[in-house]
Amino acid sequence: MRILTGNDLKSGAVTWWTGQDWSLYVEDAADVSGSEEEIARREEAARRVNAPYAIDAERHEGRPRPSHIKDRIRALGPTVRPDLTLKPTETDIGTWVI
Amino acid sequence: MYLYDQYDQQMVDARVEEFRDQARRRLDGKLTEDQFKPLRLMNGLYLQLHAYMLRVAIPYGTLNSRQMHALADIADKYDRGYGHFTTRQNIQYNWIKLEEAAELLADLAKVEMHAIQTSGNCIRNISSDHFAGAAADELVDPRPYAELLRQWSSFHPEFSYLPRKFKIAVIASDTDRAAMRLHDIGIQIVEQDGELGAAFYVGGGMGRTPMIAPCIKAFVPLDRLVTYSEAILRVYNRYGRRDNKYKARIKILVHEMGKDDFTQAVDDEFARMLDEGIEPPFAELERIRTFFEDPLFETDASEDIDRSDPDFALWVDRNTVAHKASGYVSAVISLKPVGGIPGDATSEQMRLMADLAKDYSFDELRVMHTQNIVLPHVRKADLHALWTALDEAGLGSPNLDTIEDIIACPGLDYCSLANARSIPVAQKISERFAANGKTEALGKLKLKISGCINACGHHHAGHIGILGVDKKGVENYQLLLGGSEAEDVSLAKITGPGFDEAGIVNAVETAADVYLREREKGERFLDTYRRIGMAPFKEALYG
Amino acid sequence: MDDLATENDRLIRYREDEAVDHAAVTVDSFLDQSSASAVRVEPGDDARELIPHLGRLALVEVNFPAFGDGRGYSSARLLREAGYEGELRAVGDVLVDQVAYMRRCGFDAFDPDAPLDADDLEAAFSRWPEVYQAAADSRTPIWTKRHA
Ligand code: HEM
Ligand code: SF4
Repeated sequence: MRILTGNDLKSGAVTWWTGQDWSLYVEDAADVSGSEEEIARREEAARRVNAPYAIDAERHEGRPRPSHIKDRIRALGPTVRPDLTLKPTETDIGTWVI
Repeated sequence: MYLYDQYDQQMVDARVEEFRDQARRRLDGKLTEDQFKPLRLMNGLYLQLHAYMLRVAIPYGTLNSRQMHALADIADKYDRGYGHFTTRQNIQYNWIKLEEAAELLADLAKVEMHAIQTSGNCIRNISSDHFAGAAADELVDPRPYAELLRQWSSFHPEFSYLPRKFKIAVIASDTDRAAMRLHDIGIQIVEQDGELGAAFYVGGGMGRTPMIAPCIKAFVPLDRLVTYSEAILRVYNRYGRRDNKYKARIKILVHEMGKDDFTQAVDDEFARMLDEGIEPPFAELERIRTFFEDPLFETDASEDIDRSDPDFALWVDRNTVAHKASGYVSAVISLKPVGGIPGDATSEQMRLMADLAKDYSFDELRVMHTQNIVLPHVRKADLHALWTALDEAGLGSPNLDTIEDIIACPGLDYCSLANARSIPVAQKISERFAANGKTEALGKLKLKISGCINACGHHHAGHIGILGVDKKGVENYQLLLGGSEAEDVSLAKITGPGFDEAGIVNAVETAADVYLREREKGERFLDTYRRIGMAPFKEALYG
Repeated sequence: MDDLATENDRLIRYREDEAVDHAAVTVDSFLDQSSASAVRVEPGDDARELIPHLGRLALVEVNFPAFGDGRGYSSARLLREAGYEGELRAVGDVLVDQVAYMRRCGFDAFDPDAPLDADDLEAAFSRWPEVYQAAADSRTPIWTKRHA
């Protein structure tokens, strides 16, 4: 699947396109295959996202998991600071990233 | 230390307002991201992997305790309670919001700090020797010259849209602690027939095409320092390549023109500029110098150190450096705890370092390019109290210049350009050597890690370097040997095929073992490598 | 020749004299023919080639095809250093955040691709209370004021 990501213009937070809106959680990402460019253009023009781009992802236990490690680290947070990630309490989340 | 007068303050305040306006126009949609990007970059604001990142300038790495406190407050107020000290003596925050960035800059301006030109294709923060004004071996304090160039390069109307970034370092001793020859311009203040002047080295750099800067002028009189710099920048601005981002640094221009033709072009430009009134009045240099006069060192400070506590004695041996004043040393606070993140400091640690600087180091701190902090002027008599306070806060690691004192760029944990993570590799290597007890035996060994070819972690200049590469979407690490950023500057060479994360940690240990086996008396790792060459290392690594 | 004023309402001039009423020619054709008094300098041109002919030039346009290409700043400044007093016009991808530096390099007219907001322009020119370094304008650097 293709999913769309970018950063929130004001806060810089990593966000994922859910089909209707932007979410902090990659689990919410919708498949945008075919319409990624149009959505990206529209959302960027509306300043709801900054520097959007589409990436490949697979379904992993039913949820989208970016194919490249870089986007998995973006989705979670720095691997060296688990306390600052989106899932500070999930101790085995590292295996999802690597 | 340099203090702003009303002019400096006005300029920094004006810049804050300019940025406030630019950020507002971006948020209102009057500026596109393409238009805004160079503007935010010139204020140190990047868009990184997780958020906006802000790089704050610490001119020539010098700051006082009030400024360090402000950096700590900013970490708490606008970020997540920590900051990352960089190889160019700056600090970066990783979680900044665009809508708060102008306010952050305003807070910085209150303590005479800024983020001006810490990124973008302009003249960047000017770096210098972290022991300036303290080192036993310096000719003069290099910082007044760095400050003069800071002012000259700030808001330079002609050189703000250069082909690429431009980095200058200034030193004033034969020992190079600022990687001077790996800068676009490296300046060494020298003496000739009793007169001070500047030797100019131009066209060094790391990145994908590492080069060592050649000396293009052995002596430029001090009252021509700015004009000569201006001539170099004009030649670069006019003729530096703009067709290919990867060939746009001045090192490529110097290389393609040849050192002699390049020097000729600079000399021609310089001759034309001489009557243009570019040089500041000499009195300005003298004014700036007065800010860098020695603090009031005690003339009878004791030379004795009570070494009865072995942990303290080890720290003294490893982390203090000879000072020009008797009874004093420069003390290095390691930001490299075993298993820690190189260069990161929490706001609490910053506050403690600030307070210790106030108590023990004439209110001054320095950021080292090795991502540690220096208290430049500490009485030997105060060392034990200082160490005790540091040790309690986890800042007492006795590992300056050892294999545990690793330089590492942010890598894939934070950086959007990265191929691989740097920090976990640094953590595992320091843990490995702390556990196997070889750190002491290995002595001076500089290990430097970059997460991609841009070389922010100086891997080309490591006695041992590690470069992260992307091998079909999987992190992979190349090993390099034989680099140095110091006065014995050289570029490291790749040993051969790369390794995975566990493999690279083993490979470093293997290389270290070859050294331990082959070394002759008094040799550092680098000396042994230079004597025996790559072959024995390759044999051990891939044999 | 078309009336420039109607053709171009984006033009901003900080000069009292009349604008040149004919189009600028390339540096190469200017050097070949002697009649033109307006020339357009592209980023890759060597503006120094114009120096022997400054006396017959009334307008030098310096083109910025992309705002990030800063060669035009040097072209402008070295022409002023050589004594050129005619109009120096920045044309092309000229943005409001660049105009203050451009003026310091000697530009006294702007013909941007996209019109500049009058308030933003006003703010840009009044932004800097002082300047650190000498350039092609007449502003006194801070370090000269400090020791006046
Ligand atoms: C995380 C954000 C960062 C980004 C996006 C970034 C980007 C870059 C890029 C693109 C280059 C290569 C420039 C060139 O060769 O033209 C570079 C070089 C460099 N960066 Fe960074 N960097 C970052 C962080 C850092 C940090 C944290 C440090 C210090 C630890 C640093 C220090 C340097 C140094 C010393 C160089 C080498 C300069 C040279 O090539 O001469 N950078 N950086
Ligand atoms: S070396 Fe590469 S990975 Fe490391 S900080 Fe620089 S750009 Fe990022």
